[in-house]
Amino acid sequence: MYGLGVLKGFGVTLKNFVRKPFTVQYPEERSVQHPRFRGQEFVWYEDRCTGCASCAKYCPLGIIRIVTDPDGGHEQEGGDYKVEVFDIDQGRCMYCGLCVEACPYDALHMGSTFEGATTRREDLVITMEVLNERPKHPSTWFRPQLEQQAVDPFGGAPVDSGDAGREAYRWHPKRSEDAPGGAGK
Amino acid sequence: MTLRTEPVVVSIGPHHPSTHGVFRMRLTFDGENIIDAEPVIGYLHRGTEKLAEERQYTQVITLTDRLDYVSSMTSNQAFVLSCEKLIGLEVPDRGMYLRVIASELQRIVSHLIGVGFFLQELGGFGGTALMYAFRERERILDLFEMLCGARITVSYSRIGGVFADAPADFWPALRRVLDDMPGYTDELEALVFESEIVQSRTKGVSPIDPVLAVNASLTGPVLRASGVAWDWRKAAPYDVYDRVDFDVPVGANGDNYDRFWVRIQEVRQSLRIVEQCIEQIEPGPVRATDAMLFRPPPGDSYVPTESPKGELGFYLVSDGSIAPYRCHVRAPSFINLSLFKEMLVGWKLADAIVSLGSLDFNMGEVDR
Ligand code: SF4
Ligand code: SF4
Repeated sequence: MYGLGVLKGFGVTLKNFVRKPFTVQYPEERSVQHPRFRGQEFVWYEDRCTGCASCAKYCPLGIIRIVTDPDGGHEQEGGDYKVEVFDIDQGRCMYCGLCVEACPYDALHMGSTFEGATTRREDLVITMEVLNERPKHPSTWFRPQLEQQAVDPFGGAPVDSGDAGREAYRWHPKRSEDAPGGAGK
Repeated sequence: MTLRTEPVVVSIGPHHPSTHGVFRMRLTFDGENIIDAEPVIGYLHRGTEKLAEERQYTQVITLTDRLDYVSSMTSNQAFVLSCEKLIGLEVPDRGMYLRVIASELQRIVSHLIGVGFFLQELGGFGGTALMYAFRERERILDLFEMLCGARITVSYSRIGGVFADAPADFWPALRRVLDDMPGYTDELEALVFESEIVQSRTKGVSPIDPVLAVNASLTGPVLRASGVAWDWRKAAPYDVYDRVDFDVPVGANGDNYDRFWVRIQEVRQSLRIVEQCIEQIEPGPVRATDAMLFRPPPGDSYVPTESPKGELGFYLVSDGSIAPYRCHVRAPSFINLSLFKEMLVGWKLADAIVSLGSLDFNMGEVDR
């Protein structure tokens, strides 16, 4: 019979009319992201970072700016490279995560938020100070050790720099006095 | 007395005439009949091929996300396959299976959007089917978020596999989606394809002759709708497509109706492929190497893949350095547009938008 198909279509519409809505009313309600979500608010641990600039080299856009200065002294006498500038220009960042994947010392992690809109472009450049002040809620993207610890970047506890690393690097601190039983901290 | 008439040139665009991207059509009308049609492209040109020459192979993966932004997974896969051939890398089984699962889910997403927009383009009860399609798509995008932390710009594949194994909660979530999808597909089919209004509007409109389609290098659902059973997943299986069983749906008339009908049938085949992959996948490594920097030996490579839009391949030339010397994208959307004029001339304006939509092109890929 002609028109049967149209009626069937209306049947589908009717079925969906009584279905529970799938949408959420943002911003009152929010959908929950997966812990692997590659979000803004990069997490950076200054004490883990060696200033090797792998992240800057692997960023496809070259938006990470790092300036380091040897703070004198030989490596084996505790001297190292002091990271003086660590800027990420989030205005151009595409949150691909290659910088995080490249970081050999697990110093840089993806963040979890997505609401970092600002009114000026310059405010999108996040500096070392901003990174240091931020609560550390790293995403578990490309960080199996965080996945194992069941880190929840949304509402879970902040992650301490000692727990952020792979096992192999956990006891390989940057300064000898930071080592377990060392003099520092 | 006769009224003097003259053809009218109407410029449609450069906005989204059928929401496929920033595209402009210059149509010449005689009354309501189209007598000439010219596509004007280039509004979304970002120089992807040139940018690729200045980036390391791994970094180019992020650019491929942005070619066809409704099917990033398949673009990722096509690019890394070409790189792997260039470098000579063997990919572990689990990595290949994960890539195929992701690509087939992506195919479902792409076809859902294609079919969802179909009604929008017919100008009728637009939003309904589109919103249903988007709801299903949303669930698959949630799966992508579990896999790789992003929903659209996934950057999931890596040269030598995928970046990391799927998290434990991915598999139950995938199961739930797979259980619900056939029901959703039935609903969409009842809503769209059984409706007499849709059938009378689209059956027999803008048919493409199979010989013409082959001569114009059309690929993908557009070619298969004309009755040519050509699918790179069957013709030259890459990854694990030779280990799974699936059919290649073909249309009979190559008209607008068939082009959409083929897509919804492919959704069912993709579900079949994913089911088989889940059965066959074994624990193991997902990535051949953790390296991010490659220096392939001088040479070139091209691996044709079946993206939701058609044959997608990256022709890479290496000069032995860390970046491709040349990267050419064989973009199916661009080549499928080549029969634009033949499809539109002789039909009416209302059909033009649907015919255009039936090509299901994506301007990100056309303009690159
Ligand atoms: S996420 Fe990607 S674009 Fe952003 S800083 Fe890292 S590497 Fe660069
Ligand atoms: S964040 Fe990681 S990759 Fe970047 S400079 Fe510091 S240690 Fe190196």
